[in-house]
Amino acid sequence: MFKSKLKYSNTPPKASIKRNTFFDDEIFGVAYDQKIILRFGKYLKPFRKQIIYSFIAVLFFSISSVSFPLIIKFTIDSSLYNVTNIDNIFLICIVTFFIGIIVNFISGYFQEIIIGKVGEKVLVDLRKSMFVHLQKVSLSFMDKTEIGRMMSRLQGDVAALQEFLHTITVGLGDLILITGIIFVLFFLDWKLALMMIGVVPTLLLVRIIWLPHARKAFIKSRVTASIVSGALAENINGVRAVQGLTREKVNYSLFEVLAHDNLKAQNIATRFSVIMMPIVDTLTGISLSVIIIGGGFLITKGNLEIGVLVAFILYVQRFFDPIRALTMHYSVFQRAMASGERIFELIDVPIEVKDKANAVKLKNIDGSIEFKNVTFGYIEKQPVLKNISFKINPGETVALVGPTGSGKTSITSLTHRFYDIWEGEIMIGDKEIKSVTQKSLGENVGMVLQEPFLFTGSILENIKYSQSKTTRADIVNAAKAVGAHEFIMKLPKTYDTILEQRGSNISLGQRQLISFARAIVADTKILILDEATASIDSYTEMLIQRALAKLLENRTGMVIAHRLATIRGADKIIVLQDGKITETGNHDELISLGGLYSKMFSLNYSSFDDIPDELIKSAAEETKENVT
Amino acid sequence: MSTKKIPYSKLKAESPNTASGTYVRIIKMGIKYKVQMFFGIIAIFIAAGFQLWIPILIGDAVEKISEIVSESDDATNRSVTTIGLLLLFASSMRGLFTGLYNYMGESIGQHIGYELRLLYYEKLQRLSFSYHSNIHSGDLITRALLDIEGVSMFVRTAFLRTIFMFFLIGTGTYMVIKADLVLGLISLSFIPFVGWRSIEARLKLRSSWYKLQEKMSILTKIMDENMGGIRVVRSFFSQNYEIRKFDSASKETLYLANDQVDIKSINISMISTSFLISMGLVLWIGGLKVINGSINIGELATFLAFMSILQQPVRMLGMMVNAFARGAASGGRLFSVLDMEAEIQEKKGAINLTKAKGILKFNNVSFGYEGERTLKNISFEAKPGHTIGIVGPPGSGKSTIAHLIPRFYDATSGEITIDGINIKDVQLDSLRHLVSVVEQDSFLFTASIEHNVAYGNPWAEDTDVEIASKNTQMYNYIINLPDKFNTMVGERGVSLSGGQRQRLSIARSILLRPKIIVFDDSTSAVDAATEQKIRIALKEATKNRTSIIISHRLSSLMHADEILFIESGEIQERGNHEYLISKGKKYSELYELQIRPKIN
Ligand SMILES: Nc1ncnc2c1ncn2[C@@H]1O[C@H](COP(=O)(O)OP(=O)(O)OP(=O)(O)O)[C@@H](O)[C@H]1O
Ligand SMILES: Nc1ncnc2c1ncn2[C@@H]1O[C@H](COP(=O)(O)OP(=O)(O)OP(=O)(O)O)[C@@H](O)[C@H]1O
Ligand SMILES: [Mg+2]
Ligand SMILES: [Mg+2]
Repeated sequence: MFKSKLKYSNTPPKASIKRNTFFDDEIFGVAYDQKIILRFGKYLKPFRKQIIYSFIAVLFFSISSVSFPLIIKFTIDSSLYNVTNIDNIFLICIVTFFIGIIVNFISGYFQEIIIGKVGEKVLVDLRKSMFVHLQKVSLSFMDKTEIGRMMSRLQGDVAALQEFLHTITVGLGDLILITGIIFVLFFLDWKLALMMIGVVPTLLLVRIIWLPHARKAFIKSRVTASIVSGALAENINGVRAVQGLTREKVNYSLFEVLAHDNLKAQNIATRFSVIMMPIVDTLTGISLSVIIIGGGFLITKGNLEIGVLVAFILYVQRFFDPIRALTMHYSVFQRAMASGERIFELIDVPIEVKDKANAVKLKNIDGSIEFKNVTFGYIEKQPVLKNISFKINPGETVALVGPTGSGKTSITSLTHRFYDIWEGEIMIGDKEIKSVTQKSLGENVGMVLQEPFLFTGSILENIKYSQSKTTRADIVNAAKAVGAHEFIMKLPKTYDTILEQRGSNISLGQRQLISFARAIVADTKILILDEATASIDSYTEMLIQRALAKLLENRTGMVIAHRLATIRGADKIIVLQDGKITETGNHDELISLGGLYSKMFSLNYSSFDDIPDELIKSAAEETKENVT
Repeated sequence: MSTKKIPYSKLKAESPNTASGTYVRIIKMGIKYKVQMFFGIIAIFIAAGFQLWIPILIGDAVEKISEIVSESDDATNRSVTTIGLLLLFASSMRGLFTGLYNYMGESIGQHIGYELRLLYYEKLQRLSFSYHSNIHSGDLITRALLDIEGVSMFVRTAFLRTIFMFFLIGTGTYMVIKADLVLGLISLSFIPFVGWRSIEARLKLRSSWYKLQEKMSILTKIMDENMGGIRVVRSFFSQNYEIRKFDSASKETLYLANDQVDIKSINISMISTSFLISMGLVLWIGGLKVINGSINIGELATFLAFMSILQQPVRMLGMMVNAFARGAASGGRLFSVLDMEAEIQEKKGAINLTKAKGILKFNNVSFGYEGERTLKNISFEAKPGHTIGIVGPPGSGKSTIAHLIPRFYDATSGEITIDGINIKDVQLDSLRHLVSVVEQDSFLFTASIEHNVAYGNPWAEDTDVEIASKNTQMYNYIINLPDKFNTMVGERGVSLSGGQRQRLSIARSILLRPKIIVFDDSTSAVDAATEQKIRIALKEATKNRTSIIISHRLSSLMHADEILFIESGEIQERGNHEYLISKGKKYSELYELQIRPKIN
């Protein structure tokens, strides 16, 4: 039945869509872990009352369910043997039966609704726990994971638990039912009961053999499913690149292989759950025939009443039904355990960057920033910044320049404590950043990121973002300052225009302007601009700079730009190369130094034929002076 | 070919009122699996047969046993044994065939899930930019994660089982009515009620599932953007704001989920109660009949056994109703995507353009995203070996021009030709092989550096990858990494600096040696010195190619053969550098700004 449709003769050698990173799905070996079940306990705690109620409901439900065949037995007995007073007993039996139905209905309803609602709430709480935890997890961890995989935990695994929830009500009742039935059977006739229960050890034995194999099959099916959804998610996000580079066919064939692996794994898992059906049914049959043959024998000996036999026959069905159901739902259960594990694994990710116990609030700072011998890297033993030291005085605007990959963005990330440094100290005002709360750091350091990221929602909401006190006027002013106002007013709904995902319905430069405005609205003492105008033309940029000069008057600014026109006016320019500071000084000083900066500066012109002569002359003279 | 925009309403899922069409489609998909269907249905009949035989055997046994009580002879005793053995046989056969049809049902469901996954994947790959920029990837991912599972679950749990139930109930009806009309009718009296409840519950659940999946999409969106924009969230320290956003969406899903619990709880309780009432009535009236001798105890036992066999399916009914409801809601959401026509279509008999020289011509091209015209009457020509430079303020339409060439969008009016052939008459694949756009915000994949560079041509030689990375000045950086070319690039390239990301995407494009290459502001994060080196290296590589350079840095494009200054979608100035400078208008103003030191 499973022949791959694809002739896989020419696998592209340099392609894969199956990602293999930090969070490996293969680590799920131990589903069924008792610890996992215990950990759910924490989430159940707030619902102690409801759980007690639901237990009572389950109890009543099971008792009434167990009692029906018993009542039937008495009814049959009464209609067969009790010649005297027949109508009375018969009637009592029937009335009891209908009372049982009412109890069954009420308890059944409450059992369903209480367990169902508690379960849904627990799922929502679990998802929230994951989400809240993700808000704290360090960037160094988040850098290594993919949204698609996280999502498969946040949505896929929670959904798997939900499926489990729908069967757990049934399962829980079944368990009590089985116990109740055994009880009643022994009460009715212990010999017959022993005959019937006799098959149970066989069932246990079968399960013991079956379990480890089945578990492996189920986990495999879950893992392959996760890989498939991960691959699908990435293709959706990168669909523009996929089409632009015409990778559709290759990706499809790679995806087909993954999907097919998943299909195969699912099929094998199904075989394991299905194989239990004939086994359980055969055992049911054995029980039935034992009861009938043995019971018949007992009846002929006059040791058993016919009603008891009928009750037994009915109980056999009720006894094995849940067992059969439990087997069928085993895959659901197994999946839930695997999912639970994946969920708790996420909740357990250690938080590297966190507030110290005695962290203080950063307030009334003067805005100075100091790096003291800072060394930092993303990968062990691969420092990206080496022994960096510099000081930015309050109110100064400092520019960071340097070739690509030299570590400029990394410096901004560290100023905001996205990562903890390996060595050295970073001071803001008179405080070490590790000693202040992250929240107060966020309130004092504003940032325009190199990659503008916008949220789905209106332009207004995007500029306002989390600043709840901001008024519409503030927003318009910020937009005017960055020169975004004009284009926003041209949009059909101006500030209320809805931006699609990541702002894909406006141009990149426009996105950059909005992300710039967002940082201005936050009104922080320190403002970091990481290539905030890289995708903007020089004319617009000049307008922004004029507005910015006013904005930065009482603030400390850290500006990164490749376009030297952007940074010429800075109070100080720091030149980075390979993670080291090679030059510091203002524009004129650096030009006269004749180092990297002046080289870059002239290169920016090198293709221009008409670099002003006087500029070259003065630069040359200054260099000479320096040398001498 | 229409270039009309897809109205947003069409992007939305099928409304919850058209479920029957969804079922028909799912069933059609299922019927294709002939082998599984065939064996599944046969197994159903056999399993149902044995299932129905069991109560008869039980009734016989009880009757025989009660005869023993009065007569007690060996023959009946033996026949009880026979019945016992027959029961064993019937029971294990029922198990075997129930297992078999369940397996077939699962198999069909899994195959449909597999098929849907492939169809969905393929469809999303083919749908045009206009579709993708109007729909959130979180929404599409939710459909992939939850809705495919919804359909597959419907098929797995409800498809064959429905046939089984109908068959079981139908035959059962016949049998019990034949045995005793009154008792038979009573024992089946719960079925109409159950049918009515199920239909009603299914309707309610379907619209609830439909709403729930929509809300789930919103929740996914929020979580997706929270993680995608993690640096924004962290830099504003807006975690609490994000959690509040999450909470309000999450609350809505909880509200709907609780709604479902309400519907399901009352439904399941009522169904099983109606069943019990029928059973009680059978007991009552049957008991009376036994008392007055119109039926014997065996017959009553048959009825009761029959009912207890129905109990399991009745309990399953609640689950099936839910599966039906979810299947329709999920199926609707999936099919609405699968039914979308890609806006950009290849004509029948389209021309293969692989051998083209690459003479690109825009002829009075106009274009608008949403009604309004973004580009107005753009005309230019670019020949192999030539370079066109494009400058202009943000939002002037530069990237839009770039997107028209590989037909990511179709021009509203005017025509774009390559070697004189309208690009609408060209095979899409061959066009996109011919043209490569280095996107302004390029997407890197979570794969090794090597796989990223070779993304467009996974059969590329090692040396090609090396040359491409040397040309973009990435080689030295890469070989100094511990894993060299096998180093993993984080999601969207997080583990690279801005300039490295841009250079990697340039490398990815030049590896393909396209005839026409468009650099859309693709060196904005690269310093001038490195860019200079890249330009020199590329000069050789792009000698016979047509280049279009969009940039804000004039040094990148001042040597172009023609420079277009674009504003508000119109070409305001054109000509080479010297000419534009001499004109002394906008271009020269920009130029001044870039070369002159800021004089206050
Ligand atoms: N999250 C990360 N994980 C691993 N390595 C990283 C990460 N971010 C940056 N790097 C590496 O650190 C180095 C410095 O990167 P950084 O982003 O600070 O450079 P940059 O100076 O901002 O460059 P650009 O001008 O290109 O933006 C680069 O070699 C880069 O590959
Ligand atoms: N997907 C879209 N849907 C609707 N409008 C869009 C879409 N993409 C761009 N636009 C609008 O079309 C206009 C042109 O955008 P385009 O991206 O071509 O500008 P650009 O010249 O490349 O700007 P930049 O220099 O900022 O990259 C802008 O006003 C933008 O808001
Ligand atoms: Mg950077
Ligand atoms: Mg653009």
